[in-house]
Amino acid sequence: RTVEPLEYYRRFLKENCRPDGRELGEFRTTTVNIGKCSITTADGSALVKLGNTTVICGVKAELAAPAVDSANKGYIVPNVELPSLCAERFRSGPPGEEAQAASQFIADVIENSQMIVKEDLCIANGKLAWVLYCDIICLDYDGNLLDASVFALLAALKNVQLPLVTINEETGLSEVNLKQKNPVIIRKHPVATSFAIFDDTLLIVDPTAEEEDLATGTVTIVTDEEGRLCSVHKPGGSPLTGAKLQDCITRAITRHKEVKKLIDKVIKSITPK
Amino acid sequence: VCPGDTSVLAGVYGPAEAKISKELPDRAALEVLLRPKVGLPGVLERSREQLLRQTCEAVVLGVLHPRTAVSLVLQVLSDAGSLLSCCLNAACMALLDAGLPLTALFCGVTCTLQPDGAILLDPTARQEQEARATLTFAIASTGRKVLMSTTKGSCSVEEMQHCLATAQRAADTIFQFYRDSVSRRYSK
Repeated sequence: RTVEPLEYYRRFLKENCRPDGRELGEFRTTTVNIGKCSITTADGSALVKLGNTTVICGVKAELAAPAVDSANKGYIVPNVELPSLCAERFRSGPPGEEAQAASQFIADVIENSQMIVKEDLCIANGKLAWVLYCDIICLDYDGNLLDASVFALLAALKNVQLPLVTINEETGLSEVNLKQKNPVIIRKHPVATSFAIFDDTLLIVDPTAEEEDLATGTVTIVTDEEGRLCSVHKPGGSPLTGAKLQDCITRAITRHKEVKKLIDKVIKSITPK
Repeated sequence: VCPGDTSVLAGVYGPAEAKISKELPDRAALEVLLRPKVGLPGVLERSREQLLRQTCEAVVLGVLHPRTAVSLVLQVLSDAGSLLSCCLNAACMALLDAGLPLTALFCGVTCTLQPDGAILLDPTARQEQEARATLTFAIASTGRKVLMSTTKGSCSVEEMQHCLATAQRAADTIFQFYRDSVSRRYSK
């Protein structure tokens, strides 16, 4: 396994299964931990474990003045961090290319799926708006970072409660009412599904770190609940025909249903009030 | 390469000596640097660099030049829409011109889905802004397969397949352009 990893994998793939016993289309066990159990200082948080890959997301809400050209829009700022504790190939220091590309990907997913409409974050036109800082930190990297990050982000945002803010007419200052809290309005629920391409033909779902290293390419498909594609992210790698891409999309739509059920179950279990 | 008013200048350096920290024992290490027209490279440039790098790695036969580095530097001269596909085309032509061994050529095509359902190829900046969704594909010359794909905005599955089919047809025109440019350059 250490000397000829590719051959080792090929032997398994010929039998249509993988070394850890999974089918080619099977995901690792996903667990989600939402709310006060994760980060108590954040306004919303979630911990997602996809097999061994552990990702934690914390959302903090702050107030700021909106930009001049979009006076009725708030901001969402995602930031993905891959600290050196999660895998030996990440060094400490400025964010590497993978972290930056992942941050950009998450920002695109939020934008494309219209998960949170920026106008909803505005409190007073031109004067005050919410800024949601979403920090996604990987604690253990075992492949499939993008899926886990999107999932963690979705779960954390569902958990965020924003206090009601009113602007006092006479003084022009804002008053924050911590007693009255409303959840953030989430319009769509995007779910990402990642595939690894082997030898130009075989597609496996939810690759581990080892499989990602051996793969010749990756595809990530983000779908929302209406079956619309929010993102088809295929950063290079071996070429795929349109039919193969279609297979991936169908699998992604099935996965979306599974994940949605899981999130709904967890949310129901933590809102007894 | 200048489709319309968007122009990107691409330069390829290599295969050259690689730094020991960056060299790979069995293949060439590919590095892409994308410099925007204004400002310092930011997160968006990094993600584009990653897309370009992995697309190029799939076509460049790195195994023929182990422990070397190939650098691809792109400078955006002007941006009037479809920037990413312009960068892809520039990168491919630069790799061709440099004489690096490639398994296939690739070309970048951008399609937008307008609010009225029409599919537009090679949009201008204005059309991109109005569009419901923008899809960029890198299509390989062998079998018109999809090498790279990025989407902005959401679309349904059928729309995506339509755009893909349109992009594959458009790829033929672009490959013809490659052939013409190369033959012009070498037929002195």
